[in-house]
Parts: sequence; C-alpha cells; structure tokens
Amino acid sequence: METTGFSSPRADAFPAGLRVLVVDDDPTWLKILEKMLKKCSYEVTTCNLAREALDLLRERKEGFDIVISDVNMPDMDGFKLLEHVGLEMDLPVIMMSVDGETSRVMKGVQHGACDYLLKPIRMKELRNIWQHVFRKRIHEVRDIESHEGLEEIQMMRNGMEQFDDGYLFCGADLISGKKRKDVDNKQDDRHCGDPSSVKKARVVWTVDLHQKFVKAVNQFGFDKVGPKKILDMMGVPWLTRENVASHLQKYRLYLSRLQKENELKASFVGMKQSDISSKDTAGNVCLQNSSTTSQNNVTNGSYVVCGNKIPIKNVDSKICGEDMKIASVQMAEPKEALIGDVTDPQKSSNSRIGLNHSFAQIGADVKYEPKIPARYSWTDVPPVKFNQEHKPHFQSQSWRAEVQPVQFKQEEHKPHFQSENSFSHLPLARNHIQVDCTEPILSHHPIPSTNEKDKQADISPNCITSRSQGIRIVAPVESTAELFSVKPESHLTVCQEFEPIPCSMWNTKNHSLEHILLNDLDSSQRNLILGTGSGFRLWDEELQGYSPQGGFHPQNAGFENIESLAYNNQELIADVPPLLYDSLNFDYGNPSETMEYPVMDQGLFIA
Amino acid sequence: MERNLHKQLDNMKKSLIDQGYLDEQFIQLEELQDEANPNFVEEVVTLYYRDSARLIQNIEQTLEKIPLDFAKLDNYMHQFKGSSCSIGAKKLKNECTQFREHCKTGNGDGCKRTFQQLKKEYAALKKKLEHYFQFARQAGPIEKACRPK
Repeated sequence: METTGFSSPRADAFPAGLRVLVVDDDPTWLKILEKMLKKCSYEVTTCNLAREALDLLRERKEGFDIVISDVNMPDMDGFKLLEHVGLEMDLPVIMMSVDGETSRVMKGVQHGACDYLLKPIRMKELRNIWQHVFRKRIHEVRDIESHEGLEEIQMMRNGMEQFDDGYLFCGADLISGKKRKDVDNKQDDRHCGDPSSVKKARVVWTVDLHQKFVKAVNQFGFDKVGPKKILDMMGVPWLTRENVASHLQKYRLYLSRLQKENELKASFVGMKQSDISSKDTAGNVCLQNSSTTSQNNVTNGSYVVCGNKIPIKNVDSKICGEDMKIASVQMAEPKEALIGDVTDPQKSSNSRIGLNHSFAQIGADVKYEPKIPARYSWTDVPPVKFNQEHKPHFQSQSWRAEVQPVQFKQEEHKPHFQSENSFSHLPLARNHIQVDCTEPILSHHPIPSTNEKDKQADISPNCITSRSQGIRIVAPVESTAELFSVKPESHLTVCQEFEPIPCSMWNTKNHSLEHILLNDLDSSQRNLILGTGSGFRLWDEELQGYSPQGGFHPQNAGFENIESLAYNNQELIADVPPLLYDSLNFDYGNPSETMEYPVMDQGLFIA
Repeated sequence: MERNLHKQLDNMKKSLIDQGYLDEQFIQLEELQDEANPNFVEEVVTLYYRDSARLIQNIEQTLEKIPLDFAKLDNYMHQFKGSSCSIGAKKLKNECTQFREHCKTGNGDGCKRTFQQLKKEYAALKKKLEHYFQFARQAGPIEKACRPK
C-alpha cells in the first residue's frame, strides 16, 4: 500500500530516505547514530543542542519525519524538547537514554514519545524506526479518508440538490471537531472503506460482552467501579484492562448523555438513513446491515456503510458516540459477507430486513432496538398491526434512562428478517416509511387515514395521508415519537436517534430531510432522510407539495443520526428499477421521556 | 603476513572482550566501519576520549567540593556512562553504575573510591585501544579485504 506520501525525494523507496533528526549532547553518540542511520539509508541531521534542534525543526517544518532525542541534555531537558516537538510539529519522537528506569521511560511516554530506546542503541532498533512514521501516516490517511468520505457525502448531497436546490444537508458540516473525531473512529472500526488501511485489532463489544460488562458495573456500583474490577469480574481472558477502561469511559459518557437528554426533553435528534436503492442493491444493504447488527461495536456513531454501491452512511457522532451505539458500527464488517448473499434478486426481502437493521441499529442507540425490529413486520401486515406493535414496544421499552444502552438483541433481529423474507413481493416496490418522532412541541393530529400510529399532527401527515394511508396521531402529549410507515411500494425506514442537540441543529437537519424527501418524491430513487423537530414541519409542507407526485418512493432511505449524513446514491438509483422499496424509519424520542410520553408511531403506506 | 596481522588483531579484540574491557557494542562499531569510514571505530573512540576527558574533570572537581553534590555527580556520571556504553567500554560502564549507586546512597567515600578505580580503567582501556588501533593500521583495511563473505 502506498499510503506514505513523503515529501522527501525518495518517497518511493520508503523507508529509505526517512529524514531523521538526531539530538544528543554526546558527540560520540551523535557520530555513531549518524553512521547507523545512514546505513539504514535514512537522511540524517545531527544536533548536539536541544534548543538548536528546536530551532531547526521550526525553521524547516516538514523537513523531518522523525526525531530521536537523548533524554539528558544540558541545555534543555529531553522531555521538554519532546513536548515542544509534539505540540509544534506533531512529529514522532524517539527518546533514548542509558537509563532504563521504569519511571523515566514512563515519563517519556507520557510526554508523547513514541518509543524509548536504551543505550547502547543497536542498528536493528534504528532500522525499525520508520514504523513510527508509517504508523502516523496511516492515521493521517485514515483521517483523510474519512474526510473524503464526508466529501463523498457532500457530493451525493449535491446530486440531490439537482432535484432540490434549496437545501443542503448540514449533517456533515455540523459536525464539530469532536464529532469529526468520532467519525474517524468509526471509520477505524469499519472495514468497508479501505482494505488498504491497517487495522488495529479492536475489541468488538458484542452484546454478550457488553452485558457482561454492564453486569460487572452494576455489581460494583457505578461510582466505585474501575476497569480492573470489571475486567476481573467479566472473566474474559483476552480482554485487557485498557479495553475495559476505554469501554467504561464511553459508557460513562453515554450515561451522562442520557442524563442530559432527560433534562432536555426536546427532541429528536438523530436520524439514520438507510438507503436501499434497488431490490438487489437494497438487499445488499440490508444484508449488510443485518450482519452488522450482530456485531456490536463500541463505536459511537453509527456509520452505516453501504456495501458495494449502496451509499448508505449514517454518521451519528453525537448520540451514538459515546453510547456505543453499537448498531451503526456493526454495519461495517459484517457487510461483506452478507453482500455476497444478497445478490439474489429475490432476496429483496432480505433487503428489507436490512432496513430493519438499520432501524434496529438506530433503535439500539435508543435502546429499544430489539423491539423495533419486531415492529417492522415488513411483511405485508397491515399498517395497523404496526401501530399496535409499536406502541407497546415503546412503552415497554420506555427509553429508559437506564444505562444499558448497548444491549441489542441481535437475535431478535434476525428472526425478523427471516420473517421478512415473506416480503419477497417487495421487489415490486414498496416504500415503507416509519417515522418516530418525539417532540414535545409538535402538535399531533390524528389522521384518519393512518391508522396505526400516532403522528404529530403538525407534520404534514396530510400529505402523507394523501398517498398513504393512515397515519394516526396517537400521542396526545407534546413529546411523541412518531413512526411513519409509508408503504408505498418502496419501503422506507427511518430511524432517528435521540440527541440532546440544540434545536438549531435540528432545523438544519430537518432541512436536509426535507430535501431528501422532496427528492424522493421527485424521483422514487433516493434516500429519505427525515429530520424531525422544527424541520419537521417544513418537511411536511414540502411533502404536501410533492405529495401529488407519485408519492414517496424513496428507494433509499437513509437515516443519519444527529449529524445525519444522507446519502443518496444516484448511481444506485439509476440502476435500480423504479420499484424499489425504501424503508424509512424515524424514531424520535428521548429515551427517558419516552416512557413518560406516549409514543406515537405512524405508519404510512403508500400503495 | 597481512593475514597474520589480522589474526592477531582478532585475538587482541577477543581478549579485550574476554577480559571484560569491551562488549558487543564494540563489535557493532566495527561492523559500521566501511569504505566511507575505514577508521570509523578509531574515530569514535578518539572522540569518546576527547569528550569524556571533560566529564572526568568535572567529576573530579565536583568531588572536591564539600558537601558533595550527589545530584550533580550523578548527572555527570550518567553522561559518562552513556558515553562509555557507546564504545562498549564495559568495565567503565560497570564502574559508572557503581558510582551512581554510591550517589544514591550518599556514600561520598564510595564515590571517591570508585572514581579512582574508574580513572584507572579509563586509562587502561585507552592504552589497550591505542595499541589495538595501531595494530589495526598496520594490518590495513581488514574487513572487506580479508573476510570472505
């Protein structure tokens, strides 16, 4: 893999030509190290003063790939130099010393040393230092890739704009630095993207594993628990303390987020899109999703990667992030395997399933996931059933503030899927849109047509109704979760995750959603992104406007979590026959609140 | 004739190592020697002696001051040790370690005693190495020419 893009002239011969700066006040060592490094075909610059080295580094930024520095130098502590280099140049620094005391080495590492070599230093150790540069490159490449991923999304959006100028998806743009970081992390966990990138072995926090973890935490009490205790309690031999510590941290963040959410009550937050373009493609996606579901990763965001062509990407940095919104993460790896299977056209039913997954994933974040799948009876079951199912679920699930975020019932999902197979008809074209919104603000209007679920009246269910059928506004109360199921031929499932995100955010998202919807309306092929909240209304309006059109045939329904990235694959769309089903599921709700408030599900089926 | 010299040279080196004056680091240095730096080892050793003389002097002066500044002594000796290990001066390195132990325990007498010993080793090694390099020059460029590899 040519991931290294060194600016040095010998970039092609990496690691030959690695530009090394050696800093040591001992001239003897400088001479020896220089010789050794040269023998490794590195470009060596030596310096016997730390300050001089720092000046040199500042003067020739980008002039070095790595720094090797002695710890003890008269003019400046090697650790100090290390800090400067780390802060200013972000270069890998190797410390060296004749002293191997643990405390010293630890100090070096704490200050950011990527390695700590003991004198006398041997050739073989130096020969290997390129790895630090390489590692860094990999990380950078990953960052870039993830950014590219975002760009891709942007492009897709732009594509969407063709249909609808007005709105841009804000999703990615909204992402703050932190979120961005989350996204990156997600990518790390994902495989799909680039086979080239080197993956770290990561712990996959399966449902099972996480349950053990939660059990351990509960056992000790949340406040007193530490990674070590949990590790011991879990009794998983291959797990390291670091794994647990990291998981615990995420878990804590997740909990605190939940807490906040309760306080906020507002809304909706995340959305996810799952895009299913055509039968086959959809199938692929679905499969991927399903597969993914089985794996629960710690990763926050739900990064939904679509298999081959499928452009589904869900990024929920926010909500998911800490919570381990396992669902999304899962997507990545399993995909591949599934995809292969998907190829069968008939498996379209599967595709459905996939959607469900996506939904489920979303749900997972919310924590009610497992149930969600159940809800979807993608089967032709009348909408009404959905409603029934939905409500009970929500209530039962009651987005509990409870901590157990991650537990997914994968198994449940699977069964569902199977059942879904029945959907084989789906290929014809069904759009299923489920939207769950919990917003206090929105007023709910019962819609005659939609029966099963509750809607927020404000939303232009009307539009929906026109096409689809019954939307019911079940939720009397302010906050509600709405589920729309639109069952036109296409199936749309939109899941939303909850986030404590500020309204403004939502609005933007909503816009995006609107766009999407519009687009969908226009062309059946698209992803639907539904954002609830303020945006919701807009959405409705637009929907109304468009409703006359064939109705929703969102072939692709993509939900994005908070940051919602909506992907539309036009390509896919193009390929896909008109009748594709897309499923959109929206789930809005505050986990905590949901319990309190009746959840509304709406199902719209457009035939 | 030349071959003979090289053999003697090898023997000398071997005995230096066997007697504990030098360790593998010295061999490492010899391996670094190539056409570009045919006298690399000698250059390094020369550099070492030139630079470390300053340190020896510093330590000597510090040892004369009362009370003893052990932190300073330790710091100097740390440097000296780092330097000494660069040429594989094993005995010197050991003396350094000993000296630093004494610094840690605040044993001034131990420090002085060890330092005397260290200076002796320092000089002894210098002599042996000078002899060795002199011999090596006579033997001429060895490695590449004589070692069939």
